[in-house]
Amino acid sequence: MKPQDQLQVLRNVEEIDHFADRLESVGKSPLRATGIDILQINVGKQCNMSCKHCHVEAGPSRTESMSKEVFEKCLAIIKERSEISTIDITGGAPEMNPHLPWFIKEVAPLHRRLIVRTNLIILLDPQYSHFVDLYADNSVEIVASLPDYKKDKTDRQRGTESFENSLAALSLLNKRGYGHPGSNLILNFVHNPVGAFLSGSQSALEFEYKKVFKDQHGILFNNLFCLNNCPIGRYLDFLIKTDNLNDYLSDLANAFNPAAANNVMCRSTLSVGWDGKLYDCDFNQMLELTINHGTPSHIDQFDLEKINNREIIIHNHCYSCTAGSGSSCQGSLD
Amino acid sequence: MSNTYYESKDLKDFPQIGEFATKEGEKFFEYYGQATSAGALSEREKSLIALAVSHTENCPYCIDAYTNKCLSLGISNDEMMEAVHVGASMKAGVVLAHATQMRKIIKKKEM
Repeated sequence: MKPQDQLQVLRNVEEIDHFADRLESVGKSPLRATGIDILQINVGKQCNMSCKHCHVEAGPSRTESMSKEVFEKCLAIIKERSEISTIDITGGAPEMNPHLPWFIKEVAPLHRRLIVRTNLIILLDPQYSHFVDLYADNSVEIVASLPDYKKDKTDRQRGTESFENSLAALSLLNKRGYGHPGSNLILNFVHNPVGAFLSGSQSALEFEYKKVFKDQHGILFNNLFCLNNCPIGRYLDFLIKTDNLNDYLSDLANAFNPAAANNVMCRSTLSVGWDGKLYDCDFNQMLELTINHGTPSHIDQFDLEKINNREIIIHNHCYSCTAGSGSSCQGSLD
Repeated sequence: MSNTYYESKDLKDFPQIGEFATKEGEKFFEYYGQATSAGALSEREKSLIALAVSHTENCPYCIDAYTNKCLSLGISNDEMMEAVHVGASMKAGVVLAHATQMRKIIKKKEM
């Protein structure tokens, strides 16, 4: 579904207040940025997988991929702005961008928190298996997609054998030193519900994940990040096809937490698209909602002062980040 | 006026059950929150107990709420169904245990 059609669907959901009105009612409007602590870079939509929940709608047939020119502009901003503490690389499968190894080697000496979001399974492909050493040698923090600790649920969302293949990749990472207590090689997992319901408490789920992965599979990891699925992309298609859209949006809206709205990730994040366009977050990126309200929306016209004070672009999908204890790419917000 | 006694959208009205008796409502929610939060038992264990009770008490609102809560906590379908069977077997056991009264009366009355 095209981004404008997705927005239309979200606008017409019955029985929920528009997110902007809800923010207004609790005195949180307009939502403004506080600066750039995290630079999230989406390096492309190419992926070796086609997961059912993917908000990027990434897959093998996608061709969008960040050029070295855009990478260089990101690098210049990172070097110039020491307040950017975290560089968060996502995709698609980031490993499929041919410039990623160069970029990692350039950023690593700057001693920032450098995150790559990987689907794990690509690390088993001989063409990309060298990334395990590249990540370890450059102390890259790995955030791995792993929607459930049970094989059947993970396979339902990510494809047949995806759980077993994820275990094989995790075993490689553990052998390389990732995820061990005291190691500086950080391995975090991302949980997102396999279905039309919200994520449970991060601490409760992390306890279960750690027990199962250690006891049943001999796998170690550091932290679990719990994310609610954002009702866009393929997940929106799923909600519509299964007649769950109204209920899911109602669940998100009923769980609206004003305190979580204070801490939403977009306020301290700038998201860069594969083509250099600038967004408040990766979800807005997929809806083609560039930063706005007078702030230039391409990296070629990077204006830090305006970006730091920009008004965040909001729509009804934003309920996914303000539900319950809040949800972000770094897990729950409490 | 609705044509059914139970409407799923009424589940959203649960936070308003203190209406007309505010103090009692506040005390109930304080107690409910404490009783269903992690303590000596985990949130997971308490949610499975609540799911079983939801079924034994035939409460469609509670079944909706706690099925979703269990799914959110990563509780598997077979774990949930086993919890329901605990409730079902308790119900059956309670019925059969009361047959003790019947058996005692039968034995006393029959020649």
